[in-house]
Amino acid sequence: MSKQTALYQEHVDAGGKIVDFAGWQLPINYGSQIREHNAVREGCGVFDVSHMTVIDVTGSEAIDFLRVVLANDVEKLERAGEALYSAMLNERAGIIDDLIAYRRESGYRIVVNAATRAKVVDWLAGVVPRFDVALSERPELAMLAVQGPKAIATVVSLFDAPDIAELPAFNALELGAAMIARTGYTGEDGVEIILPGDDAIALWRRLLAADVAPCGLGARDTLRLEAGLNLYGQDMSDANHPLESNLAWTIDWSDEERGFLGRDALSAIKADGAERKLTGLILDGKGVIRTGAKVVTDAGEGVVTSGIFSPTLGYSIALARLPRSAKGDVQVELRGSLASARLQRPPFVRKGKSLVKG
Amino acid sequence: MSEIPTELRYASSHEWARLEEDGSVTVGISDHAQDALGDVVYVELPEVGSQVAGGQEAGVVESVKAASDIYAPVGGTVVAVNSELEDAPETVNEDPYHNGWFFRIEPDNADDLSQLLDADGYAESCEADAH
Repeated sequence: MSKQTALYQEHVDAGGKIVDFAGWQLPINYGSQIREHNAVREGCGVFDVSHMTVIDVTGSEAIDFLRVVLANDVEKLERAGEALYSAMLNERAGIIDDLIAYRRESGYRIVVNAATRAKVVDWLAGVVPRFDVALSERPELAMLAVQGPKAIATVVSLFDAPDIAELPAFNALELGAAMIARTGYTGEDGVEIILPGDDAIALWRRLLAADVAPCGLGARDTLRLEAGLNLYGQDMSDANHPLESNLAWTIDWSDEERGFLGRDALSAIKADGAERKLTGLILDGKGVIRTGAKVVTDAGEGVVTSGIFSPTLGYSIALARLPRSAKGDVQVELRGSLASARLQRPPFVRKGKSLVKG
Repeated sequence: MSEIPTELRYASSHEWARLEEDGSVTVGISDHAQDALGDVVYVELPEVGSQVAGGQEAGVVESVKAASDIYAPVGGTVVAVNSELEDAPETVNEDPYHNGWFFRIEPDNADDLSQLLDADGYAESCEADAH
């Protein structure tokens, strides 16, 4: 039986078309995915992301624990409120999940994916006994992402908290029971707010009353792909390592003494050079590149991990895992025949502007 | 609940057909179909003057979700296409039974239209799909 977030009835009332996503009943759209996408690029939209898994990490060795289970290094979070993005790797350097870790006054908070919840909880439980650390899941907390060029002004006025406007990217502040973080999955400015379910319902209603567009999973997917952000389970999985997933920048090698899980395997891969890379594609003509399509390059074949029609650009874009030396013009399978496409380093769009050259 | 006008005929593959006064047949996709597809982003239409066979592919509609073939509900010659869909494919979502039409056929056999489903038959067909 799939689960409902605290906001389920709000979605139904707002005309949301409900689908099953990772065991949760969530809206795919509220009428038009493209209109919701454009609302976030041009104004402000709100997403219910309460299906995400919130885990608080406490204990005297919380930092030591996270420095082992995360490939990025929480040591660089100097103050409460600072956050970073990281992969969590298995011993073969396969990606178990991707997440955001926040430093708090006491301990840390990590937010992992919904679909990976059971796997991640099991994996972490296997490492916990080595440390003085306690994990506590927070299923009673909901999460809203408020995103778009007008998001900050809207949230500042609703919370009556000008401090939010001063928050740097990847920083959070806690206001009572709410954590407000300047993070997101859209390539726009905005916040993600973690708060108790009842408070989330009240905030949702105030946001909609302030003309913020409710946005579903469909728009979330096209926004994140334009922003060049991976979707776990689609662009990467346990079968992929970070160096073939456009995530080399998230690996912190600087402390040579830090034996994060997967480090030895990833070091060996790095020394040999990754055989594949995750990069972007742009379709030259009409049509839509679909997830799973074959890509033919001079350096061999690859596969589309996520393909969409980009509402901002007006043509189809994709992420694809290709041979490392692939470059320039390629061909992609489109409804049974091959069409010409070219490589484009993601992101494709940031803060409403195209980053595509030519 | 989706709209199914009673004056039209339907194929179980979700096209509608309207007999015009001049004997030609206008073709589009149903409200149910556009809703299931989600936002339409491209429409590929047959060429004016081309021959299409009843029940055969005559075009493609691509949405944010998927690409679907459009079948000609009756066989004949394509006499007009809605080229406005090229720049405004969202018209298919906004107005599936009027401005969102796809193409018009001069049917080889006018009786073919009576082989198609009426509104009740199409509603039953959609209902059966859902189970």
